[in-house]
Amino acid sequence: MNADLNAVRAGLSRGWIEFLLSFRNGQELFGYLYMPILFVGMAITFDTVGLGDGEPVGAIVLSGGAAFFLVMLGVTTVCQVLANEREDGTLLRAKAVPRGLLGYTVAKSVHVATMSLTAMALIVVPGLLFVEDFGFQGWTDLVTLLWVCVLGMLALAPIGAILGSFITNPRVGLTLAMLPTIAIIMVSGLVLPFEFMPGWVQALGRTLPVYWLGLGVRSAMLPEAHAALELAGSWQLPQVAGVLAVWALGGLVVAQWVLRRMARRESGSRVQAAREEAMKRA
Amino acid sequence: MPSKTVPERSRAEALATGTPAEAVLRVRDLRMNYGRTEVLKGVDLTARRGEVIALLGPNGAGKTTTIEILEGFRRRSAGEVDVLGSDPDHGDEAWRSRIGVVLQSWRDHGAWRVRDLLHHFGRFYAPYATSERPRPHDTDTLLELVGLTEHAGKRVKTLSGGQRRRLDVAIGVVGRPELLFLDEPTAGFDPKARRDFHDLVFRLADEEDTTVLLTTHDLDEAGKLADRILLLAGGRIVADGSPDRLSSLVAQDSEVTWTVDGQRHLHSTGNPARYVAELYAEHGDEVTELRVTRPSLEDVYMAMVQRYESGDAERAAAEFTKEIR
Repeated sequence: MNADLNAVRAGLSRGWIEFLLSFRNGQELFGYLYMPILFVGMAITFDTVGLGDGEPVGAIVLSGGAAFFLVMLGVTTVCQVLANEREDGTLLRAKAVPRGLLGYTVAKSVHVATMSLTAMALIVVPGLLFVEDFGFQGWTDLVTLLWVCVLGMLALAPIGAILGSFITNPRVGLTLAMLPTIAIIMVSGLVLPFEFMPGWVQALGRTLPVYWLGLGVRSAMLPEAHAALELAGSWQLPQVAGVLAVWALGGLVVAQWVLRRMARRESGSRVQAAREEAMKRA
Repeated sequence: MPSKTVPERSRAEALATGTPAEAVLRVRDLRMNYGRTEVLKGVDLTARRGEVIALLGPNGAGKTTTIEILEGFRRRSAGEVDVLGSDPDHGDEAWRSRIGVVLQSWRDHGAWRVRDLLHHFGRFYAPYATSERPRPHDTDTLLELVGLTEHAGKRVKTLSGGQRRRLDVAIGVVGRPELLFLDEPTAGFDPKARRDFHDLVFRLADEEDTTVLLTTHDLDEAGKLADRILLLAGGRIVADGSPDRLSSLVAQDSEVTWTVDGQRHLHSTGNPARYVAELYAEHGDEVTELRVTRPSLEDVYMAMVQRYESGDAERAAAEFTKEIR
């Protein structure tokens, strides 16, 4: 039996169990899924009151919301989960079994992937039913959304993991980790229209994965005609795939190194110390 | 960095204690510094297959540091360490599969069901099974062994402290380890839970031929559980032996008290038997209420800790006394 393959399999089922367990915990589930629901509500409301003035405003809100959610999940949630599970000893347990860290990493990837797909379904299905001019049509858009999701998560999750490995106190650290995330979202045209930005911000935004993730999501969710409004006048899907893949590869290389370094320092007494620290705060 | 062979203990001693089993753990001149603080100043220890060894010492003596170095969770500053034939700093995954670590659970995996969690961790060991050591343990058999069968379907966070601890042990041994580490395993236990836990450790050591290294600051526990006690104080192993042997290591005088003619007497002596014989030779049957008090292991422990903690000794001893009783 190949030990790596065995650990990957154990990790896959661990990820699936964790995904199912997320649905048992109302608070956790809300944390994961309130955002898609919020954006769907906004899209339907804007559509109904006719805010769009001919523009498919509902679809625009949904595509922006979907990309925003993916960024928060990939960076902030991954960061938070890692910081928490380092503190409570989950990571240490993984380290104590042979190839446990491999299984742990696979499990986290499965959990994030399944959660992102769930959220996308929560956005796409109501979008198709209730939002006018929602551009999600047919298998092409479905396939595009799937690969953009997967590549996007692969590009973003290592960033979240790297941030999480530097956080020693999950409560304080998480707030700090939010700041760069929000800043990146701002300069990537997800919240504010990209064309209003000064040139140097546009240039900066286009080096980051979030802009390309947003472009990919828009290509799946907006009507075809809207491609003309993008900077290049098209969806640039090959570039989307390319940039996200480069970020994913780079991120995986750096994250592996950072995570291994972090995991090496974990021990029973560190978890114990974190526990005592948390008890003091409680 | 393969460690050199540590000189064997004397042949006479090996014969006296039966055939010496192979050493699974060898430590020589282990040192650990945190900044400029020396926590371990040259620890030597050897553990043989099937032995239950207690690393005993006051809090802050470096027990946890020692065990974490042996587990491969902490890098030592200097010294030679050989655990199951590898240096723990460079132990690979196959090495990891032969070692069990019992971790203190806190709130991790709270939503998991007991059986699912144990089964999940067991899966990682399957590729490391050998004909003489099938891995992992069957999940249900192991749940039975630790007495959690009826809680198998419960969520981990609903377990009581004692049940949770038994689950920790089950996870620690699910891979049928050849060497098991337990750090302060019964901290916070009530006496009943403690006794159950001791039974569990005995069964594991006997049935699985597992070498067990546990740390405790509780002398009573060390005496009950361990074949051999290693007393760690001041960054060194200051005593090494069976509980009985430990007692005899300290040349503390026995106290002889007796009454002659209604008058109570007290005398300290290193050889109480001879002293009593002399008493009878002198006074005959007039000697009444004769009592010989040998220092208990606890007295010995206290004395040793005090002796080796000169410098900050007074405070350490005072706090230690508080903790013991």
